[in-house]
Amino acid sequence: MSKMQSVSLTVNGEAVTATVSVRKHLVDFLREDLGLTGSHVGCEHGVCGACTLEVNGAMVRGCLMLAVQADGATVTTVEGLADSGRSDAIRAAFAERNALQCGYCTPGMLASALEYVEAGGTADRDAIRAHLSGNYCRCTGYQSIVEAISDVISGEVDA
Amino acid sequence: MKAPDFDYHRAETLEAALALMAEEDAFALAGGQSLMPMMNLRLTAPEALVDLNAVDGLAGVRIEDQRLTIGAMTRYAALEASGEVAEHAPLVSTALPYIAHPAIRNRGTIGGSCALADPAAEMPALLLALGAEVHLQNVKGARSVAADEFFLGLYETAREDDELVVAIQLPVASKRQRIGFHEITRRHGDYAMAGCAIVATEDLSEVRIAFFAVSDRAVRARAAEAALAGTSGGKAELENAVAALSEIDFAGDMNASTHTKRHLAGVALRRAWAEVMA
Ligand SMILES: Cc1cc2nc3c(=O)[nH]c(=O)nc-3n(C[C@H](O)[C@H](O)[C@H](O)COP(=O)(O)OP(=O)(O)OC[C@H]3O[C@@H](n4cnc5c(N)ncnc54)[C@H](O)[C@@H]3O)c2cc1C
Ligand code: FES
Ligand code: FES
Repeated sequence: MSKMQSVSLTVNGEAVTATVSVRKHLVDFLREDLGLTGSHVGCEHGVCGACTLEVNGAMVRGCLMLAVQADGATVTTVEGLADSGRSDAIRAAFAERNALQCGYCTPGMLASALEYVEAGGTADRDAIRAHLSGNYCRCTGYQSIVEAISDVISGEVDA
Repeated sequence: MKAPDFDYHRAETLEAALALMAEEDAFALAGGQSLMPMMNLRLTAPEALVDLNAVDGLAGVRIEDQRLTIGAMTRYAALEASGEVAEHAPLVSTALPYIAHPAIRNRGTIGGSCALADPAAEMPALLLALGAEVHLQNVKGARSVAADEFFLGLYETAREDDELVVAIQLPVASKRQRIGFHEITRRHGDYAMAGCAIVATEDLSEVRIAFFAVSDRAVRARAAEAALAGTSGGKAELENAVAALSEIDFAGDMNASTHTKRHLAGVALRRAWAEVMA
């Protein structure tokens, strides 16, 4: 009985009610049950950051949270960040700087970058790198990602 | 991989959580930042999880009788943002940015780190250096255990299976307390290869030194403390303290041999001590 539970949450501004297996993590729920495939799954043990998304205003690892724990929560995925315009500047800067190649890390990178920018982070490269330390990218070598974030902070992007 | 099957219970009161913990093989679920990876990797397979995230009153920081009480479910991010922690436990504030990554700190809790007792984790060593007490509770009652008696071995603590860590208590730091913290990592946010935390009185009459990521648990270095306490803390005394680290039961891991750990502990101690003296 306690292996399936009903959850009600807000995902990208829309109310969702569903019955979930308690062992299913939040990203699998978003991808498989809601068709929101923007959040990626890499390692499923918290190391790569590809699953990073926003729950109740904080960026967290979607693979380390159970869907059932999101009952009552407000969840925003990379799709929601784009729809609301919150990620416009950072997305424009990523495109401008070529800050993605395969794109696997990108949803998590955008989420972590946005958390840094919205918290008033400075354009200091070491501070940007420290904030992104939990997001792996196997393609870009990070330089272009750091440049893109620094561009947004110094106001060099129009979106 | 995905977590194996389990029963999930969301507790809303401490009493309900304790009652569930009394049932066989129930694990507390705090931030999930260590438990979920261990389950997804199938290193552990609890029969039931007792989710503490909705329990009222388990999170938060308060000051009473010259003690700082931190609820077990207080997240690292909340500690990082707390002015009270910055003022009354500056060692904790100094060390927090080195614990994992922002997204992990948004969920991970002080109680979880304490209950887990990862030998490479910062928090147990901070609690040893600060002379903290761990408050535990089960259905039968409450007790508190000094950090010195709490961390017993590799992922092993004095906590009984049915007990919850409910709070951590620290003495409020005097304005003139001296602190030092240094860890050696491959990349920012990684678990340390060796780390050292120090708390001393202004006149160095009392010195407490703890290490993490060098043994099977966080450890006090009492001979090194004795080599520095009551001295002027100069270069010769510091080197005596480094030599005294042979008291520690060093243990290598996949990143470094026992010999390397011994060396890195000395490096970490010298750097942390430089902060104490700064
Ligand atoms: C990529 C990554 C990097 C990390 N890097 C670091 C690092 O550099 N340093 C570091 O210290 N940690 C690191 N961590 C671990 C992180 O700090 C964890 O949050 C912490 O170790 C456990 O806290 P938690 O609240 O998430 O506990 P959980 O994962 O929920 O629980 C851990 C264990 O403690 C038990 N437990 C939890 N709370 C209680 C309680 N109140 N009473 C009784 N038992 C309880 C659980 O049953 C479980 O066995 C990292 C984690 C990840 C994923
Ligand atoms: S999939 Fe969540 S951190 Fe890698
Ligand atoms: S763009 Fe391929 S992993 Fe980052």
